[in-house]
Amino acid sequence: MRATCWMGRNDVRVEQVPDPKILNPRDAIVRITSTAICGSDLHLYNGFIPTMEKGDILGHEFMGEVVEVGREIHNLKVGDRVVVPFPIACGGCFSCQNHLFSVCENSNPNAWMAEKMWGYSPAAIFGYSHMLGGYAGGQAEYARVPYADVGPIKVPNGMADEQALFLSDIFPTGYMGAENCNIRPGDTIAVWGCGPVGQFAIKSAFLLGAERVIAIDRFPYRLRMARESGAETVNYEEVDSVHDALKEMTGGRGPDACIDAVGMEAHGLGAVGAYDRAKQAMALETDRIVALREAVMACRNGGTVSVIGVYGGFVDKFPMGSIVNRSLTIRAGQAHVQHYMRPLLERIENGEIDPSFVITHLMSLDDAPHGYETFLHKQDECMKVVLRP
Amino acid sequence: MEVFKRRPYQTPGAVIRPLGFAPAGARSRPYTKFRRENFLNLVLHRLPAGQSADGTCCQDVKSQDAGLMAMVIQGARQGAIRAGGGNGMVRAIGWVSLGLGLAGVAAPRRVARMIGAGESDDSRDALLAVGLREIASGIGILSRPQSAGWLWARVGGDVMDLALLGAAAYASDRSQRDGGRLAATAAAVAGIAALDLSCARRLGSQGIGAAVGWAQDHAIHLKKTITLNRPREAVYGFWRDFTNLPRVMGHLESVEPVGDGRSRWRAKGPAGRSVEWDAEVTEDRPNERLAWRSLPGGDVDNAGSVRFEPGPGGRGTVLTVELRYIPPGGALGVAIARLFGREPGQEIQEDLRAFKQMMETGEVARSEASLGRIRHPAQAPAG
Repeated sequence: MRATCWMGRNDVRVEQVPDPKILNPRDAIVRITSTAICGSDLHLYNGFIPTMEKGDILGHEFMGEVVEVGREIHNLKVGDRVVVPFPIACGGCFSCQNHLFSVCENSNPNAWMAEKMWGYSPAAIFGYSHMLGGYAGGQAEYARVPYADVGPIKVPNGMADEQALFLSDIFPTGYMGAENCNIRPGDTIAVWGCGPVGQFAIKSAFLLGAERVIAIDRFPYRLRMARESGAETVNYEEVDSVHDALKEMTGGRGPDACIDAVGMEAHGLGAVGAYDRAKQAMALETDRIVALREAVMACRNGGTVSVIGVYGGFVDKFPMGSIVNRSLTIRAGQAHVQHYMRPLLERIENGEIDPSFVITHLMSLDDAPHGYETFLHKQDECMKVVLRP
Repeated sequence: MEVFKRRPYQTPGAVIRPLGFAPAGARSRPYTKFRRENFLNLVLHRLPAGQSADGTCCQDVKSQDAGLMAMVIQGARQGAIRAGGGNGMVRAIGWVSLGLGLAGVAAPRRVARMIGAGESDDSRDALLAVGLREIASGIGILSRPQSAGWLWARVGGDVMDLALLGAAAYASDRSQRDGGRLAATAAAVAGIAALDLSCARRLGSQGIGAAVGWAQDHAIHLKKTITLNRPREAVYGFWRDFTNLPRVMGHLESVEPVGDGRSRWRAKGPAGRSVEWDAEVTEDRPNERLAWRSLPGGDVDNAGSVRFEPGPGGRGTVLTVELRYIPPGGALGVAIARLFGREPGQEIQEDLRAFKQMMETGEVARSEASLGRIRHPAQAPAG
């Protein structure tokens, strides 16, 4: 089968690879009908994530049709149309039973690697480095889905792929980011990053009852999409200080909660941005946290900073004093997708949201390298690239 | 008046220039020489030397040599004072190293003359480098006196010093060479090397033990704990039937009952061989504790126990495995295995992880890539 393989920094190629096979009794094989490129795939593309090896298959947002099931799978049969969540969760451990699926204790066979980096290992993820399991990803024609009785959910017949696909990752991620803000009536939420995850965070914040959402980015087309969702926008390249702009817009108090949907490759202006870039280039800092710093400093006293951008390692100049002295709450994590899939599917069925609004580019799987470049450089007003094998 | 030659290559002076010392080969200003003399005077509690027209110190050579010896002895005395309890000898070596290093950096020409290598630029450069190395190893030893690594570095340095002394003995510029002093220095260095070696080996054996846990009888002693989201009966039941264990323990090949409460175990040993032993159950308290011990005559002497306890607040079962075994190959075998990335504790940890996966999910997690060095992770494993 064809698959998008990581061949090195800024080098992905569609290669011929062997088809996946059932390895365990709870596996299923899915023939993929739609798959997307995620912002976190760009961290792999740009070489920021360690333990990648040449030939690794990328992709963790995918859906398709079941073509084979292991002998212990009884909830799915051949021919079912399913969406597959990106964290691989076993369903039987303490974490899974507490619905913390993205920190499943059992799914990562390379847990010792992640333990060295982070203390304990989170759940494995499809196509996201050997430290996180070494599972083949979903930007391919077929994928093996472990624990198929826990992860995949069936897609209703009338729903198009474009509407269901983002239940795999970005819709639950944005939703969890908003949910972690503990939104109460009257709240103002500020969202850094108007990429696809940020767009879903904005929409989710409104779904969860936020009074106002302020979106921060620098690309006019992304800010325009945010405005279409009802957000007010700040272009950080046009204001002197985002902090001051937010202060003014919120009557001097600051937003009640801040969502960081930017992550480790934050683009920063001026001296601070240069500082982070320099430190990262010299491997003195693994992540750039320009957006996170701003979010912490801008949040009102007693507010919440909800981090859904992906970070990998260690950061410099983190405003711990601001957090301690102003009673801030930090909530972070990879989305516990399995927990959110069914409720969010219901919302789609009810017509409360149509996730396909983020799609700007539809390509064939063979054009994946072009898709990565377009997405990375935000060419052609690119928001989300969906690949069809 | 000394003549300084321009050196085409980078000298240690580039490193120590900020300290105010003149690098070998550069044009030494009188001010820098003056500062260096005063530093020496400060260290050795002498009155400041008077300056001559070109800045050289006016005190005679013999007393300067004596001053340097005093510095080294001072260092050794510091070491002796701080020594006491535990790695006293190691700390003393560290202080002496520091003292020697400072002497070599502060007055390389004088030290070179002292050891009989003559006051050439070559020997000055060499002494500077050696001095820096000694300072580094001294700091290393003193900061981690329980680590054998720095002492092994010292052994390496001593070997290098002997080589340098040998090279000095055959130096082309024989006018400044003093054969007697060179021989005496070489003997001293050899003696120090022997001392370093014995300390390194002593620490080395302790080191492995400290990491892995040497009991009095030099067995490896491991203790690992894991929590399983299953009731005690299920966990005990799985473990009690030893024939189940090879399903989850990667290094066990087979376990067979041989009647009379005993079982024959076969495991993967070092260098691809298999090791075998018979074991008997020494304690069996259902759902609480299981202990076993190998019988004499097997390849590997080992004993172990497993404790099953309820987790706090009824959260599953806490399993604690204790294992004592004398590894084939002894300490050297463990050290070699370490080089290949296999620690005994790590294997048990991975086995327990697999056991947890089996208990909680019914299967052991396998990813395409974790099955071996596969280029394309979608490739199915052989068999």
